[in-house]
Amino acid sequence: MATSTRFAASLRRFQHYPRVTPCTSRFRPAVQVRWTGSTAATSEPHQPDTEGGVKGKTAPAKTIKFTSEAYPDIQRNSKFAKLTPDHVKHFQGLLGSESALIDGLSNDAAEDIEPFNSDWMRKYRGHTKLVLKPKSTEEVSEILKYCNNNLLAVVPQGGNTGLVGGSVPVFDEIVINLQKMNNIRSFDEVSGILVADAGVILEVADNFLAEKNHIFPLDLGAKGSCQIGGNVATNAGGLRLLRYGSLHGNVLGIEAVLPDGTIVDDLSKLRKNNTGYDIKQLFIGGEGTIGIITAISILCPQRSRAMNVAYFGLESYEKVQDTFREAKNQLSEILSAFELMDGRSQKLITKATGKKMPLEGEHPFYCLIETSGSNSEHDSEKLETFLEHVMETGIVSDGVLAENETQIRDLWSCREGIPECLGHWGGVYKYDLSLPIEDMYQLVNDTRARIEEAGLIGNDDSHPVLDVVGYGHMGDANLHLNVPVRRYNKEVEKLLEPFVFEWIQKKNGSISAEHGLGIAKKPFIGYSRSDTMIRLMKQIKDLYDPNGIMNPYKYI
Amino acid sequence: MSGLRILVPIKRVIDYAVKPRVNRAQTAVETASVKHSMNPFDELSIEEAVRLRERKVPVSEILAWTAGPAKAQDILRTAMAMGADRSIHVVTDEKDASSQLEPLGVAKLLQQVVQSEKTDLVILGKQSIDDDACQTGQMLAGLLGWSQATQASKVDVEGDMVTVTREVDGGVETLKAKLPMVITTDLRLNEPRYASLPNIMKAKKKPLEKKTLKDYEGDFSARLKTVKVTEPPPRKGGVKVEDVDGMISKLKELGAL
Ligand SMILES: Cc1cc2nc3c(=O)[nH]c(=O)nc-3n(C[C@H](O)[C@H](O)[C@H](O)COP(=O)(O)OP(=O)(O)OC[C@H]3O[C@@H](n4cnc5c(N)ncnc54)[C@H](O)[C@@H]3O)c2cc1C
Repeated sequence: MATSTRFAASLRRFQHYPRVTPCTSRFRPAVQVRWTGSTAATSEPHQPDTEGGVKGKTAPAKTIKFTSEAYPDIQRNSKFAKLTPDHVKHFQGLLGSESALIDGLSNDAAEDIEPFNSDWMRKYRGHTKLVLKPKSTEEVSEILKYCNNNLLAVVPQGGNTGLVGGSVPVFDEIVINLQKMNNIRSFDEVSGILVADAGVILEVADNFLAEKNHIFPLDLGAKGSCQIGGNVATNAGGLRLLRYGSLHGNVLGIEAVLPDGTIVDDLSKLRKNNTGYDIKQLFIGGEGTIGIITAISILCPQRSRAMNVAYFGLESYEKVQDTFREAKNQLSEILSAFELMDGRSQKLITKATGKKMPLEGEHPFYCLIETSGSNSEHDSEKLETFLEHVMETGIVSDGVLAENETQIRDLWSCREGIPECLGHWGGVYKYDLSLPIEDMYQLVNDTRARIEEAGLIGNDDSHPVLDVVGYGHMGDANLHLNVPVRRYNKEVEKLLEPFVFEWIQKKNGSISAEHGLGIAKKPFIGYSRSDTMIRLMKQIKDLYDPNGIMNPYKYI
Repeated sequence: MSGLRILVPIKRVIDYAVKPRVNRAQTAVETASVKHSMNPFDELSIEEAVRLRERKVPVSEILAWTAGPAKAQDILRTAMAMGADRSIHVVTDEKDASSQLEPLGVAKLLQQVVQSEKTDLVILGKQSIDDDACQTGQMLAGLLGWSQATQASKVDVEGDMVTVTREVDGGVETLKAKLPMVITTDLRLNEPRYASLPNIMKAKKKPLEKKTLKDYEGDFSARLKTVKVTEPPPRKGGVKVEDVDGMISKLKELGAL
């Protein structure tokens, strides 16, 4: 076959179709600055690629500072027992198989145990000597009962993708990892209710549902690694929240184990059940502090067949708000995402990757709108009327509409590629905040003004700060305030904190919109919650976990 | 010369990013409720025509043309939003076997379009990604008796002289020919633009003429019969070996050594 090489070459070229590669996969941070561990800002050194997976090299675990060193104020609670060979022997007997346990006490298992000790951001690192991987709810129950009786502290762990250091030990807490509990228990095609073990990986669940024309009501960058139990434990928000609402509404039932071994079987498949306190809500966003979730039942919507994405340039934040109002008004039920990106964030994408942006010319603000529905003609008609309206009335200065799937992905990469691109020059101080929509962007301006005044922002190497940018899930009033820097710097940190938190407090916002508290945000909860609320939370913690063995040193 | 009259034939195909599935009867690929878009090579053709005009080559008209089902109108609108001046849609009935077009049928149709529209330059994709035939451009050039340059990665027009660079194995080939001519596009030719909202609005007002196969003379029916369509065999997963010895014995086991 004389033509075969030529043909293969042309196919190969086709696979390298130029626009398929968004900026995220083209580039690696030039420098990796070591985290100094002195602010509450979280970092995301690696962002999902086009497929939504998380790839790329992370810092070797051994170079990460121990949390116990980075936070010298946190002391190990001496009431907790230290792990002994007897304890390990007990767990070996309990779990049977060898692969269900990593014993770092009697062997040198440092290599095997390290991934369970350090978190995804490479910012937190613990000292555990034991990882347990139960296969059933009963095993979880036996483990917790024993730990509770022997005062052994534990950390529940899912996919270990959490961004606030909640999923790894601080000292020698035992890691209980749910990865072996990964069965899908049932799916009802009529009601759309999925019942599955906590350790099922989000992407696996979503692929399973896709085959049945349904969709998991949550999507996020870490879907290839995170577990649905972890998602529920962190009450993850993600990309589909605007459309499908939060897990507090979609999770219909939970099976969980309390520290004393009690199995809480509330795996309800009912949408309506007004019979008493809704206890399962305490586990949603409870970050493993009152019990371990072992299974969930969740309501999954029908998957949309038609999808459209548009990208706009706008002249002011007021116009962004007008666009949002119009989008809700005219697109209503098909609107599935409304994302905000400021002009500075888009410029930094070009600067970091050389990517050609979709619009000619520069605009102070950009936004991305996604619609999804069941009927492409119906959606297109609505969308066209909307687009005509915002263009003709001058709400939007310029815009483009994706004409195919490749363009849809490319437009999304202008939003999803931001976090990685910002890390290009060294590091980023990141805040994930909830604010009233009208005030959202003012915080970015105020923060920038503060740093400018101090002369710390500039184009050359003598200035630590490159810029102050804002982007986020506008539809959910969730702002990501990011400060990309060339190096971490104490002066900058002093300008940022507590300033940002105080600003949020004044507006009754939240200092952690979707990533939770963990260890990173624990000291700052007071900026978002009153003393009374915190007291009530502590009562619940004491009630369910009187010995305090569940995920200590974190949360509240 | 009064300016080039460029014809750009385009096709609606299953979106490049969608994984096609074979239908149950194994007679074709499933197309119902699957996302369709313009054939990616055709986007390059439109883009190149528009760029020629932007480069101040005198272009008096860019005509987008397609033969396809009613929904193919969408890609003509896209083409006009990208910069085509007007378009012609030969509406075919998907269910009617006699309107299933093969490359030769399309080339014959285009021959008549070229004649009635007094076209000087036809720019086509080198292939459409649904049936990968890579034939239409060549057949059209043959029917017209025109010069052709396939798989273009660069196009220059000066007066009535066209210079086309094409990528060949191990290098590039540069061709020169006089108009009229047929050019087929390859991936490296350009990066197609987005359809901007103002241009999408304008495109709605541009003329789109509807026709049927009956408006053309001749027999366009298919000559080939699809016997069976099957998925490629699934790829077998790889295996890990411990060391070089392990690899050698594995290779022997597989009969590769
Ligand atoms: C690239 C990337 C993108 C992200 N994007 C988003 C986003 O858009 N929106 C968002 O909200 N979050 C996002 N996150 C953070 C998000 O919270 C986590 O990715 C995810 O929800 C955590 O799941 P996990 O299984 O990895 O849990 P882990 O990280 O293992 O654990 C998180 C917390 O939950 C507890 N926990 C885990 N499993 C259980 C269980 N079965 N029972 C009780 N407690 C448990 C742990 O103790 C810990 O406190 C992102 C993270 C990454 C890495």
